[in-house]
Amino acid sequence: MKELLIIAIGSSVVNNVVLSQFLGLCPFFGVSKKIETASGMSAAVIFVITLSSFVASLIYKFILIPVNATYLQTIVFILVIAALVQFVEMFLKKAMPPLYQSLGVYLPLITTNCAVLGVALTNVQKDYGILSSTINGLATALGFGISIIILAGLREKMETNDIPKAFQGFPHVLLTACLMAIAFFGFSGMI
Amino acid sequence: MQKNTPAERLYNGIIAENPTFSLMLGMCPTLAVTTSGINGIGMGLTTTVILTASNMLISMLRKVIPDKVRVPAFIVIVASFVTIVQFLLQGFIPSLNAALGIYIPLIVVNCIILGRAESYASKNKVVASIFDGIGMGLGFTLSITILGLIREFIGAGTLFNVDILGGIGYEPVSIFILAPGAFLVLAFLAALQNKFKVGAAKRGIDPSNPTTCGEGCASCGNIMCKGRSGK
Repeated sequence: MKELLIIAIGSSVVNNVVLSQFLGLCPFFGVSKKIETASGMSAAVIFVITLSSFVASLIYKFILIPVNATYLQTIVFILVIAALVQFVEMFLKKAMPPLYQSLGVYLPLITTNCAVLGVALTNVQKDYGILSSTINGLATALGFGISIIILAGLREKMETNDIPKAFQGFPHVLLTACLMAIAFFGFSGMI
Repeated sequence: MQKNTPAERLYNGIIAENPTFSLMLGMCPTLAVTTSGINGIGMGLTTTVILTASNMLISMLRKVIPDKVRVPAFIVIVASFVTIVQFLLQGFIPSLNAALGIYIPLIVVNCIILGRAESYASKNKVVASIFDGIGMGLGFTLSITILGLIREFIGAGTLFNVDILGGIGYEPVSIFILAPGAFLVLAFLAALQNKFKVGAAKRGIDPSNPTTCGEGCASCGNIMCKGRSGK
């Protein structure tokens, strides 16, 4: 139990997936203009990463290790993620139309979100079991959600600010991310 | 310059459509591994090799791969080359493999590679595609090496691990080689680019809308998003 808690805190805030590992930067910058879209994206990411780290660790443990094919992990994981995203999209469309309405737009973008593949590979690298992998996936995705929603909030506030011409747009978003990364350093003493 | 000749492709990749500074593609490795110039070169050349090989194979197979399953086919091709290159690095340059770590398998989801496969290699002849891969790869290498050198110079006082500033009593600003420094240096480089209206601005892309995945789908070249984002 204590180990799981350490994994959860570690991957959600201390080693934040975006601000200290630089995974999932595309949606972090691309979909963070409004809090509403940012929370939609983070809900979809939480859903997909948790599910995919569970499925990926199942496949790793019960298929890749027994047949001695662990070197295929990159190929297998990316295919699993792509298939899973497609499947989730189809399932939601049929079974839960309201949820599909709110998440559907973001799902296709997630396949190439490097955080998803990154978590699956980290789980293998750190020798996590199935439960720890799932917790790690959930925590990492929560960390992604925390940082993208904070960034979206900051960007909404700064929308009317008077920013020097050269820094308008992408540069000032990067500067905001820089300050957030410094703030998240404050967590580094926690574990 | 004549179109689709090797020289034109190299110029296009390195200068005209530089993937990092002008297309804003491949941000994750750009920020993550640029703690030193050597890492930048290592990551850049690894990506170049994979990009060239996958461009070549995809261009060879462009009439064989059915249109409907082209994305999974591209991903499998890229992932296979990544796996091969990872083994080669493990065997021959273990220090680089250790420094780049998880970012080597993550080359699979690098927007640049899938983007070039979709927008160039699947439509053009083999030789032109090979040079497109080399050009784009070298452009990527150049820009992340520059980023790495800036961070290394301010953050450690060295260039390619050669001590430059240590002799005169320079105290390294180590935040530049930590995570926030990556955002900071890229912010200033992007601001410089805005200032001089090069790259994205000159090519008519609105700089206030970052052309990464998500909202800027049309310009990001990421085949996963194309026409599907509902916007």
